[in-house]
Amino acid sequence: MSENHEPENGRPLPAPRGSAGEVIGVRTGMFGANDGGDTSGYGGLVRPVVLPGATARPYGSYFDEVADELEGALEEQGLVPENAIEKTVVDRGELTFHIAREHLVRVARTLRDDPALRFELCTGVSGVHFPHDKGRELHAVYHLRSITHGRLIRLEVTAPDADPHVPSLVEVYPTNDWHERETYDFFGLIFDGHPALTRIMMPDDWQGFPQRKDYPLGGIPVEYKGAQIPAPDQRRSYS
Amino acid sequence: MSTSNHADHAAGAARAASRETTEGTVYTVTGGDWDEIVQSAAKADDERIVVNMGPQHPSTHGVLRLILEIDGETVTEARCGIGYLHTGIEKNLEFRNWTQGTTFVTRMDYLTPFFNEAAYCLAVEKLLGITDQVPDRASIVRVLLMELNRISSHLVCIATGGMELGATTIMIYGFRDREMVLDLYELITGLRMNHAFIRPGGLAQDLPPGAMEKLREFVKTFKKNLPEYDKLATGNPIFKARMQDVGYLDLTGCMALGATGPVLRSAGLPHDLRKSDPYCGYETYEFDVPTTESCDSYGRFLIRLEEMRQSLRIVEQCLERLEPGPVMVADKKIAWPAQLAMGPDGLGNSLDHIRNIMGTSMEALIHHFKLVTEGFRVPAGQAYAAVESPKGELGAHVVSDGGTRPYRVHFRDPSFTNLQAMAAMCEGGQVADVIVAVASIDPVMGGVDR
Repeated sequence: MSENHEPENGRPLPAPRGSAGEVIGVRTGMFGANDGGDTSGYGGLVRPVVLPGATARPYGSYFDEVADELEGALEEQGLVPENAIEKTVVDRGELTFHIAREHLVRVARTLRDDPALRFELCTGVSGVHFPHDKGRELHAVYHLRSITHGRLIRLEVTAPDADPHVPSLVEVYPTNDWHERETYDFFGLIFDGHPALTRIMMPDDWQGFPQRKDYPLGGIPVEYKGAQIPAPDQRRSYS
Repeated sequence: MSTSNHADHAAGAARAASRETTEGTVYTVTGGDWDEIVQSAAKADDERIVVNMGPQHPSTHGVLRLILEIDGETVTEARCGIGYLHTGIEKNLEFRNWTQGTTFVTRMDYLTPFFNEAAYCLAVEKLLGITDQVPDRASIVRVLLMELNRISSHLVCIATGGMELGATTIMIYGFRDREMVLDLYELITGLRMNHAFIRPGGLAQDLPPGAMEKLREFVKTFKKNLPEYDKLATGNPIFKARMQDVGYLDLTGCMALGATGPVLRSAGLPHDLRKSDPYCGYETYEFDVPTTESCDSYGRFLIRLEEMRQSLRIVEQCLERLEPGPVMVADKKIAWPAQLAMGPDGLGNSLDHIRNIMGTSMEALIHHFKLVTEGFRVPAGQAYAAVESPKGELGAHVVSDGGTRPYRVHFRDPSFTNLQAMAAMCEGGQVADVIVAVASIDPVMGGVDR
């Protein structure tokens, strides 16, 4: 089985999918028009929005080595890797570890310090809000780069909207200071252990978290060549 | 005295309570304990002063606010206040289609528009799975534009950095040469800034006639002009005295703070994404990654000068390689349906295309309409693409939910990350050196705040 996934013509074949994917929402209709009669029939279309699911081994490329080393290093510390790494996704040539939030700092420290891993550079954190992913609404995504080995991996952590807490990585990667403040500012994710988690872009007394999906974009309709053009978030969107 | 303070407190509390008005919420800056803080600061009889530099100081590169605690001429603490140029570009992207995204991201770091566009487009192409299908000519023109952009960005850095030291000649030189690069942008893309020229799948249009000659002319002229910077500044004792050992940040500091680009390379590590994680075919070009061991502003200046020379080498190689060919992927479901052409009323869809969709083919009209108004769909998932911008690693984290619009786009801007190093570079130094240190980071607030 595994020889099927050996690199062929220098290009690794995509790894087989371990699960069907993660449903994060449902899309209905086709043309974004919800008012008025539906004459096409496409208005009744219902499709789930599915993100790539967990991948089974082998992952291909250097991913297997990174996963082996990480699991080994976590075991050495007396941690069951399955508890820390919820799932591993290989998609579009990128490796993503979904980490349980309580183990994030330990995993990041291991990734940074283990000589075989050596991910010295964290490129910050990016928040993503999936309001329909119940219990996992807020995602924090970290990209770690190893200059020693020339590798790049992604860590993903989730937190429910009701308890938007994620441990801070500032003690491991001081560069995340401003990045975590930015993600807090825009998503309301609270990074526990951050030295000074305050707003960074928005004014200090701003209310709400602008990058969340339920926060409106705002804007006013404008007149163009005699017609009223609605604000961008009021325009037709093609679902 | 104290009674009036109490009165102020009461008034402040009343103002804070009456935020909701008929015109909406009114924000007032009424702190609770400002008076006490001011009084306790007045009681302390040291020379400690807190100075706000910016956000409108000309040497703060836009609207950067530096909060400096000063003891005599020594900076004891330095902090940045940012966010004055926050424009919500990342949020806006979620309300436009994938192609329109380039129009927004090009405005982020306005001195490196092509890098923003390239990072975004590489991420979208990764999501679409069409990275290999982007035509060679498009990749070569992307490299060409990015390297020209590196030159123009470094020129601004050197020019404004020199001006902040009082060296106005280098400012004139820098902007003179940058103008030549901007003329090339204008010729190729139609605009001097905010081009939106690199699109998911390729380029908005091909190089116009005469571009090759102008590019060769530029290479010739700029080769002649580059040594002038050396003559003017590199050996200049005043310039060196102001910059050497100023803004010191060693390799450990760079790695901890995530500093990349010339700041990291000035600490001796030849890390360059064009070499370590190549994109757009950079692995096939010959160029060197300059480093210095000095960890200071002067080292960063030397690196920028050398990088301009290397960029010029890459531009020359691009010019040799350019062969006629398509500049957009062949997939008609992604490629923009029309090539642009100059008409009597300005740049627009070519007349041939208009004739085709309006007179000949109903299907072509439908296709054009659907692709332009609705846009293409991108399979659900996420991708991260990083390019080596003149300031460091510029990364785009793009998430799609399978729709016609980006679900989430996050830019890891090098200016934002590198600016965190400001405190480490400035604390314990002279006030005048703060300017030099900040200039050596080369932050652009459009990129920092996005």
